[in-house]
Amino acid sequence: MRPFKYTSATDISSAVKGLAGKPNAKFLAGGTNLLDLMKEDVERPDELIDINRLPLTNIKTITIGTNQGGLSIGGLGKNTDAANHPLVRQQYPLLTQAILAGASGQIRNMATNGGNLLQRTRCPYFYEVSMPCNKREPGTGCSALQGVNRLHAIFGWSEKCVAVYPSDMSIALAALDAVVTVRNASGQERAIPFADFHRLPGDTPEKETSLNPGELITAIELPKNNFANHSYYLKVRDRASYAFALISVAAALELNGNKISKARIAMGGVAHKPWRVLKAEQLLVGKEATEANFRLAATAGMADARPLEHNKFKVELGNRSIVLALQQALNGSKS
Amino acid sequence: MMNGDEKHQLTEDEKKLFEDLMPEDLNDILDTGVNRRHFLKLMTLAGGGMLAAQSAVAEQVFTRPHSIPLDTAPLAAIENGVDVSFRVNGAARKLTVDSRMTLLDTLRERLALTGSKKGCDHGQCGACTVIVDGQRVLSCLTLAASCEGRSVKTIEGVAQGNDLHPIQAAFLKHDGFQCGFCTPGQICSAVALMDEAKRGDASYVTENVRRKAGPVQLSNEEIRERMSGNICRCGAYPNIVAAIQEVHSGEPVEQTWHFAD
Repeated sequence: MRPFKYTSATDISSAVKGLAGKPNAKFLAGGTNLLDLMKEDVERPDELIDINRLPLTNIKTITIGTNQGGLSIGGLGKNTDAANHPLVRQQYPLLTQAILAGASGQIRNMATNGGNLLQRTRCPYFYEVSMPCNKREPGTGCSALQGVNRLHAIFGWSEKCVAVYPSDMSIALAALDAVVTVRNASGQERAIPFADFHRLPGDTPEKETSLNPGELITAIELPKNNFANHSYYLKVRDRASYAFALISVAAALELNGNKISKARIAMGGVAHKPWRVLKAEQLLVGKEATEANFRLAATAGMADARPLEHNKFKVELGNRSIVLALQQALNGSKS
Repeated sequence: MMNGDEKHQLTEDEKKLFEDLMPEDLNDILDTGVNRRHFLKLMTLAGGGMLAAQSAVAEQVFTRPHSIPLDTAPLAAIENGVDVSFRVNGAARKLTVDSRMTLLDTLRERLALTGSKKGCDHGQCGACTVIVDGQRVLSCLTLAASCEGRSVKTIEGVAQGNDLHPIQAAFLKHDGFQCGFCTPGQICSAVALMDEAKRGDASYVTENVRRKAGPVQLSNEEIRERMSGNICRCGAYPNIVAAIQEVHSGEPVEQTWHFAD
């Protein structure tokens, strides 16, 4: 690991000011991804500002503003605590399931909610510093495009990058229309809708989010919804646990009798960002919640898939996974 | 690196162990401390099964921190030094670490606590699992610098004096290991898991996460899911699950292995 200066911030203001104007400095939260990438020489910060002691761990009901009645989850709370908080389990079980589908007990005890959003791809070519990678070193080319790309994207990729985004938590947040609140060095806060938080690779795969340099994730806001009775996070992977998704589906339904009044479907393991399957959602609204309609929606949702040489299986797997996740959501979880 | 002025002082229990097992060596041990010859001899006795009853004492003898001057590593070798004070197995520790030093390397290389193992060093195997402020974490992905004021428990601190932790005793009974390399991490993970179950934490295989009714009774499937962050390449998984289930449920679990007839 390359040498770096370590400091620990005690308040939010000094943390964001400490990072201002330092392009090679980074915040250190849980460190579960960052330290690994530093050991691999993929990340090379010259300074780490430890933000684990900042008072940004609360989970509380939002009492004012557009998300009133929803839930605010502190950016530096631990994944374990978010997944097991009574309000999250009761009102947003989809988020609990998605967090618990990721990593291991040990890692979820370390990883923070804000840090989870900023996980970087596990594309093996991104990790292997001897290989070309546009995300790691812009302009060097994409090794996966013509390489072994079984794990890679089927939606939204570019010639520059076919990597997929690894977080499970974020797939649920995408389905729940979460909002990310961030603060900059001047103390200004802004709110980023989840759909705009992560980016498709385009010509700049090295830029993965819409965060500006030096901005700190202070909270994730969940709008109030009626999905708690009918939601499900399905994760399909090469081994039963402790592995990244080949495909995952976050499905949520609001039902009026057996008729679908609202539907949310987001997929992981298929794109450079959480992939909202809007065509499938639109097709379901106003329809009966039946397996036949779930199949129609899944087929519509997967119609634009552009698989690579080794991941053609993901199209059929994605199709079936959407149907299964919707069925599980329909079966529901009583409080 | 042994500091000649500070020989090991054996406890009464330890003296009794050596007196029982190696009476002819006792004076030698008392004069010069336990050396490699004694260690090998004791291990041979252990191989014959004579040591089982005293294993807790023996383990303490061999895992006790050496009295090497660990806290005074040459400062020239440390870049971006960070002063850090924290507790390890109840003892206050204060040292200057290179900012790059992980908690795992600090435990092993600076504090001579080599029970925590370096398997992959990338957060993929769980061999380095320790308990920080009551939570199981991966020491290979934790910077020592970030441990200021924290309380760390390692495998060396899991037993209460000479009494094994119930999880340790169950691992012995159920043969929850073969080569033993992953075992310190497995045990630390399982010890913390007991508290998580008491708190009522959910897992990915929990049927209904909305239902939270205090302490949860874990099925074997739940234990496997919750222990999935600890890889065992010998494949002792059925025995590990049996050991954890026995302690968790409080009911005897039949051993998955038997002596040959």
